[in-house]
Formats: sequence, C-alpha cells, structure tokens
Amino acid sequence: MEILGLPLIYYGAMILKVLVAFVFVLLTVAYATYAERKLIGFMQVRIGPNRTGPKGLLQPIADGIKLFFKEEIIPAQANKFAFVIAPLVSLIPAFISFAVIPFGDSITFAGYKIPLQIAGYTDSTGSILDVNVGVLYILAAASMGVYGIVLAGWSSNSKYSLLGGLRASAQMISYELTVGLTIVCVFMLSESLSLQTIVANQAGLFGWYIFRNPFIFVAGIIFFIASLAELNRTPFDLPEAETELVSGFCTEYSSMKYAMFFMAEYANMVTASAVTTTLFLGGWHGPFHPVINFVGKVYFLLFVMMWIRATYPRYRYDQLMSLGWKCFLPIALFLIMGNAFWITLFK
Amino acid sequence: METLFFLIVAAIAVIASILVITNKNPINSALSMILTFLCLAVLYVMLEAPFMAAIQVIAYTGAIMVLIVFVIMLLNVRTESVRRGKHAIFLSSMTGILMLVLTFTVIGRSSLTGMKGAVDTAMLTKYGHTELIGKYLFTDYILPFEIVSILLLAAMVGAVILAKKKL
Repeated sequence: MEILGLPLIYYGAMILKVLVAFVFVLLTVAYATYAERKLIGFMQVRIGPNRTGPKGLLQPIADGIKLFFKEEIIPAQANKFAFVIAPLVSLIPAFISFAVIPFGDSITFAGYKIPLQIAGYTDSTGSILDVNVGVLYILAAASMGVYGIVLAGWSSNSKYSLLGGLRASAQMISYELTVGLTIVCVFMLSESLSLQTIVANQAGLFGWYIFRNPFIFVAGIIFFIASLAELNRTPFDLPEAETELVSGFCTEYSSMKYAMFFMAEYANMVTASAVTTTLFLGGWHGPFHPVINFVGKVYFLLFVMMWIRATYPRYRYDQLMSLGWKCFLPIALFLIMGNAFWITLFK
Repeated sequence: METLFFLIVAAIAVIASILVITNKNPINSALSMILTFLCLAVLYVMLEAPFMAAIQVIAYTGAIMVLIVFVIMLLNVRTESVRRGKHAIFLSSMTGILMLVLTFTVIGRSSLTGMKGAVDTAMLTKYGHTELIGKYLFTDYILPFEIVSILLLAAMVGAVILAKKKL
C-alpha cells in the first residue's frame, strides 16, 4: 500500500516522530516548572518543592491535577467568547513554532531517510525538504502569540488585566523588530531561510554562527535578550508584574485556563531556546549524538533564563521602551552593516 | 483533495470577512479580520508563495491588526447601537446591487488571454519564492522599490513631526 509513491510505514514513522517530539516538549514544559522552582530555591538558599514524590519530582503532576480540578470562574462582565479563546490563542502559537526546528540529524528507518524535524520530509529522490521560509514561519507564529495576552487582558474587564495586556502588546511589538533585525545577520551568512540549511552550514568546531565574527556574536546576545522580552520573562515581566498589577493579564483566570497561560509561557521558553540554538549555537552540531547536543543546548539556555530570573530585578516601563527603541534597534542596524562589511572583506 | 481544502479555507475567509462588517463589537470585528488574513496566508501557501504568506502573517496579523486592537482597547469603544434609517438601507442595498451587476458584466465580457509572465511553478520550485522576489526587487524593480522606501521614510518622519511638536 502506497500513498504518493511512499509506503505506509514511512508515514507511520513520520507520525511517530511528531508524537515523540510533542510529548517530549510537553514533558520539558512540565518539568521546567519544577526545575525553575528548585533552581531558584537553591539560588535563594531555600530547598524548593520536596514533598511530592522523591525529591519532589512528582510536583508538576500534582500541580496539574490540582489545577484541573479547581473551580472555573468567568467574571460576570467579561466578554465570554474572547475570555475562553484567549488561553488557546496563547498556547497554540507556542507549540506550532516548534514544527520547523530541526532537533537532530536525519535517521534512516526501513530504508527511508527521516529528517528529525516535524515539518521536514523526504521526497521521492531521497533529498530532505523542509519549510523554505522556516525562520519567517517562527516570526509569524511568535507575532500571533501576542493576541492571547491582549485578548485575555481586554476580555477580563478588569483594570489590572487591561494594563497588563496593553503593556504586553506594546512590549512585544517593540522587541519583535529587534528580533527580526538580529536574525537578518544570520540570513546574511546562511543565504537561506530554511532551518535545515542554516543548521547544515554550522558544522565544525567554530562553525557556529555566533563564533563567525564579532558582530554576529553581539547579535546573538541581543537576540536572546530580545526573546526574553518577547516571552515576558524577568527582567521584562511587566505584563504580569505582581507587585503592581496583581498578576497582569491572567488576574481573572483560574483553573485550567490559568494553567494554559502558564504552559504557554514555558512552551515559549522552550521554543525561544530552541530557536536561539538553531540560529546561533549550531543547532544539533556538537561532540555527542545530534539529539543530545540539541537538547543539551536548549536545556542550558533554559537554565540561563531561570538564572536571570533569580538574579535581576524588573525593569521600569520607560526603561524597557528606551532599551528597545533607543538602544537595541540602532545597535541591531549597526550590526547588520558591520556584518555585511565583515563578510565582504574576509570572504 | 486540494480543491476541497481550498473550498474550506475560502469559505472560512468569506464568512469571516462578512462577520467583520456585521459584528457590532469592534474587537470581534478585528478578530474576524485576523481570521480573514490568516485564511489569505493559507491561500498564498497553496499558490506556492510561502514568502508572501509569512509576510502576510507577520505584517498584517502580527503588526497592523495588533495596533488596531490596541487602539480599540485604549479608546474603549463600546458596542455600537446604530439606529437604522430606511433611506440608508435603501441606498446602500441599491449601491450593492449595482456593484454586483457591474462585476458580473465585466466578468461576462472579458475573456482569458492566456498570457503568462516569466515566473512559473517550475521556476518557483527550482529557485525558491524568496530568492526570486529578492532577485527581482534588487535588479529589475530597484527604482520603484527605492521610491516606495523613500515614501515610507517620508511618512515616518511626518508621523514623528505630527506626534511630537517639540523636538
């Protein structure tokens, strides 16, 4: 039995790949919450969760069950439709951007090459194809993510939520520009928007894009910081600044809807780490098995995000805006020029 | 299979764009518009124009519509309660019918010439959509491209001057 010139077992393998990758991301999301509490606990000389299961390892499961059975409250004055779809709108883009990220070299299964990338496939000649505008796809998915927060903020009909939603949208629009411009530096080296090609170009010890020249090194760091701002993570977590806005856009949310916002935040963290790894840190290239290299780099970046959360205080709103528009944006434009000069002079 | 998919997406696009004008709540209108734009992006992908699709989502849904939603939220526009005048309904429906007749007449009179440009599907799959756009934008169409960018720059400077009287 064949579909489009390929046997059923090939499609089975592709579906299995998608399932395994998705479950792995979900597990990472669940245990990132545990790791964050534990790590920040240690950094602040506390113990962190240690009651549920050995070393508190069952804590994420207990949290999930608890949130699932909590009472669900929808404010009487809320816009019901927007209030219900907002968590979904925020969770879906967080997961779909993972579809184009190559998380390993292709493996051979039953005589067919299976690329370890959800949206990657092999054509009848055996060459690997993927979404040829992969990076733009990630930017597009990221730009959809802001709607979840904006809708949540507006539909709750509460002043704290509205302020949180407004802050989030202004912040995400501002930092999207910086993210886009720093990625241009990568395009100039890779000459392709396909993530498979970008990773394939980064083989070797100093082949990682971040080590290619000083300009792209700075671009990589700025990209990571701007991603933190897009994720609404500390030190840019103004949309949910609990000291001033209670909990920002998710003030009125309870039960599973709140859990979905929480999952979206951690899924976005995983995706942002994976994108940084793919674009700047050589993707799956490295000393060990490709998948282990990739997962190791992603986990390291996740650790850095938690480390930053334990270390830095929150930015003030005007500082955040001037950092984005007056500091990062001009620097990113300069980096593009510098990168262009470097490439032309040393090629 | 492809036709069925197209029909589903096109139906969603049409329904969403009707909802844009029938919704009384401005936020719901904006949401329907976002859905329309997403459907258009899907149609671009089906036409083998992935770059257009990505730019459609990034620029329209990701930037322009966010600004529109932002403004609606800031102005706190309430649900519209319009009194419907009989003259308005009569005149607008007459205009609509006239436009419909005009459209069908033009479609009926015109015929397909079969003219084709230099770029076809084979070329798109060989070189890639983004590469082709980049190549033409910076060779054959460099003058219009630069004129548009200067126009945008002028608009930007104008907006800054208007928004900030004291510089």
